Amino acid sequence: MKKNSVLFKDELDSQTINGNTPVFFSDLNLDQVVEWITKNKQEYRLSSFYFTPLQDVDAIVYRQDVFRDLEDKTLRGHIQEFSGQMIVVRRFLGVAEERYYENNKMGWHLEAALVYCDAVRGLVKSLSQAELNSEGLKGCFKQFDRYIHSDEFKQFDQASRDLKSELSAIEYNVVIRGSWVRVRKYNSEKDYSREVEKYFSKFKEGEVKDFRVDLVVPSGMNHVEAKILDLVAKLFPESFGHLNDYYQQYETFMDEAISNFDREIQFYFSYQAFMDRIKEPGLMFCYPQLSSEDKTIHVCETFDIAMAEIHRRENLSIVRNDFHLEGGERIFVVTGPNQGGKTTFARMFAQLHYLACLGCPVPGSEAKLFVFDQIFTHFEREEKIQNLRGKLKDDLVRIHEIMEGATHKSIIIMNEIFTSTALEDAIFLSEKVLRKIIELGALGVCVTFIDELSTLGEQTVSMVSTVDANNPAERTFKIIRKPADGRAYAIHIARLHRLTPDLIKERVVK
Amino acid sequence: MKSYLMFKNQDFDSNQALPDHYEDLVKDLSLDVLLKTMAAEDEFIYEISKTALLISLVDADAIRFRQEILQDCIKNPKIVRSIYRIAQLAKENKKRRWMGIFSRNPSGVLSSAVQLMLMFAELLEKLKTIADDSAHAFESEGFNQFFTMIKDELSDAYLAAMDDHLNQLSFKSGVWISAKLGKGNQGEAYNLRRPKKKYRNFIKNVFYKLSVKVTSSSFMVDPRDQAGNRALSELKDRGLNQVANALAQSAEHIDSFFVNLRTELAFYVGCLNLYERLQTLNCPVTVPKLYEPHEKKHQFRGLREICLALTMDGEVVGNDVDGDGRGLFIISGANQGGKSTFLRSIGLAQLMMQSGMFVAAEAFSTNLCEGVYTHFKRQEDETMKSGKLDEELSRMSGIVDVIAPHAIILFNESFSATNEREGSEIARQILTALLDQDIKMFFVTHMYELANSFNHHHRDDTLLLQAERKEDGTRTFKLVEGKPLRTSFAEDVFHEVFDNDQP
Repeated sequence: MKKNSVLFKDELDSQTINGNTPVFFSDLNLDQVVEWITKNKQEYRLSSFYFTPLQDVDAIVYRQDVFRDLEDKTLRGHIQEFSGQMIVVRRFLGVAEERYYENNKMGWHLEAALVYCDAVRGLVKSLSQAELNSEGLKGCFKQFDRYIHSDEFKQFDQASRDLKSELSAIEYNVVIRGSWVRVRKYNSEKDYSREVEKYFSKFKEGEVKDFRVDLVVPSGMNHVEAKILDLVAKLFPESFGHLNDYYQQYETFMDEAISNFDREIQFYFSYQAFMDRIKEPGLMFCYPQLSSEDKTIHVCETFDIAMAEIHRRENLSIVRNDFHLEGGERIFVVTGPNQGGKTTFARMFAQLHYLACLGCPVPGSEAKLFVFDQIFTHFEREEKIQNLRGKLKDDLVRIHEIMEGATHKSIIIMNEIFTSTALEDAIFLSEKVLRKIIELGALGVCVTFIDELSTLGEQTVSMVSTVDANNPAERTFKIIRKPADGRAYAIHIARLHRLTPDLIKERVVK
Repeated sequence: MKSYLMFKNQDFDSNQALPDHYEDLVKDLSLDVLLKTMAAEDEFIYEISKTALLISLVDADAIRFRQEILQDCIKNPKIVRSIYRIAQLAKENKKRRWMGIFSRNPSGVLSSAVQLMLMFAELLEKLKTIADDSAHAFESEGFNQFFTMIKDELSDAYLAAMDDHLNQLSFKSGVWISAKLGKGNQGEAYNLRRPKKKYRNFIKNVFYKLSVKVTSSSFMVDPRDQAGNRALSELKDRGLNQVANALAQSAEHIDSFFVNLRTELAFYVGCLNLYERLQTLNCPVTVPKLYEPHEKKHQFRGLREICLALTMDGEVVGNDVDGDGRGLFIISGANQGGKSTFLRSIGLAQLMMQSGMFVAAEAFSTNLCEGVYTHFKRQEDETMKSGKLDEELSRMSGIVDVIAPHAIILFNESFSATNEREGSEIARQILTALLDQDIKMFFVTHMYELANSFNHHHRDDTLLLQAERKEDGTRTFKLVEGKPLRTSFAEDVFHEVFDNDQP
């Protein structure tokens, strides 16, 4: 029978999961993002899902559809309720496992089973009530529906409940005198605390201190409690016999498909929770249109997802950008003032593609993106001071490795390469490298201070970080399509230091 | 259970905030002397009496309620003191025997609560006995209500049952705890049970003595098994938590009943102490006659300044005034003529009356007032003249901020920090305005201008009083009605002091 997965359209895909953090993750700040996303869901081991982008449009759409179904808040709430119950099931089973006394162990096992049955029944019910459009959820629903209507499940469910009500009905007295303990059946002896309370109530005036001691319920069972429980079992042999039989029969009851679903669905929840957090100040996410052939792309009102989270925490707003590549355009060459959002733009470009290929909605109101095979980044490292020749060589070695590995389906991000080199050398080397990328036909972003790179060919698109025309010290973080203009940058820097010709005249009074 | 001896149906709040101006009152009226006599070394009486005196009642019925109780106390001083003693013992025993509920486990809470309750039970029984034996000697509504409450609440049957419970709660026959099987078959819903009769006294029960051995439904935790014994006491604690709380709270409640009783009686015991002292000083006391605030009554005969009597430990001169219908009393005349004493006697009598006390006079009737305020000249740095007037006016303004019609203000040499004309004019304007607002004022002054200006106006709501001075210059320390005189006879005083030096 085909194993239904809510994450993988094709069972084979689930076997190529990548356990390691991709090398470019920290350059793109995706390492932080995945950490934030998975932080509260450690037990589901979701990182590897986030480390494995899909290579196939259908597989991506499969997930997008599940995301769409899960936009239904009611359904989402119901499934989350199920997940909450499954956490309890696992906790109880863990307790049962580590307990030493049989009656105690079997008792916790029964608790786990009760919650499990409840959880599964609830899940199927809520899936049946929801309007499902995704292949992923529909498949799971069918499978689970069959499961709960099987005789096996029905008998198990009934047996669990019967046993629980039988045990709950047991009431007994523990008589303690010194270190002598006796257990008896409860014989409707009066509640003495109540009696005392009632008797002395006439003195009651206003509020007084609460003398109840907050007794910590110990997590385990000590040998005295165990002995008492054994005596209780002796007083009620039939019920405890049932408990024993039940345990033998249902020792392992968890269905693999159920537990698998419980884990995989968390991928969606984790990402949705993160989106919801970021969306609050009015930012948008959209389902990107994807192609593994067509390299014309466009995105509207997009933003850096990591920065969005940081800005949210600090209550800052974030600037949104648009970009597009049309016809033969492949590479953005970004120039302009420092701190103007150039690097952010480069990161964002790669982030968008990466998230899209995970099957996730991406930042923006509208997006058409490319299904890449690999992402390569070359970011200026904050290296120890070495001799320049050594560093330059390192740079070139790394770039060479990238060129070796990259294909026409790859995405290459170059951020301020060759900054420590003489301008002429930098121009020369940069041109060489960029021409190679152009030749390759890969998509990319090149952040540089070298205006000339932006006009290398019809494949390059010049993007410029801009400053507010009236107040150049205020950066807009807008990156717009326009010819590179190094002068704007110089004026901006001058104004920042109050060193424009006018300001100098004003300050240096004759 | 409430004593309700200070108010017919509410507790006396010993912690209530005193009026902002209370420090002035205490100082200006020498209240400390009065309170110390009342307290007779009992700090608690001092504090309660202070609060009672400074928080005046303005409701005539409420005052009469206390007046009647006080009459009962004067008739039955021994009984009243023995009730107060019981309330005192509750506190002293607790302190002396280190009683209190400090434990952090229910068994400990329970056993200290039982100890405390046993001690209280004894005192409650004593209280009950007094009520049974002596209630008939009391006539006031307050004491009748109190004794009836004691008899109703502490019936013999109730006290017997209390003994029974306290006995049961020491669990000589073992603790019975019911439980149910909770999650994982672990015990929960622990509940203390009262065993059926046949099991209760099983110490004496031979059959049960025999059964205290390991049977098929019982076991013994080895005394050396520390963990096991700890587990057992934890289990017991679960069963005892609720009852320990109930009993500890009850103990707290009874404790506060005794505190309440002590509070409600302290003032009266203080009055008794004062009364007995005044008897030895031949100082008359009277139950004042009350009028409503708007009635403008102020009439008395032989009014003594009680603190002066107490300080001098002897008889003092009393004053007579017929001030009905008057709002302003201007007292001028001879220095050392008893003006300030008179002023204090007015304030003291008013405060005592409005706390429900007797007044040191042969007869006293006045309207209730909305608070007594004092504006006395302060002995501050004499060189800072303008600063002093400023200070006086700001104090005045403070009074005006809080004062209401039908209050009383006692002025002692106010606004004299500047020259007489100016001071008089300031005072005149203030007094006239306040008078129109139905404030009753007693104004001691040596400012002739001021006294004279009221004399000229012939206001029938003003009474001018003079410190009496005989022809030969001796003072009677009595005040008499009369026009102001231009001199305050400082010369007399001068002579009195200096002439005695001469041979």
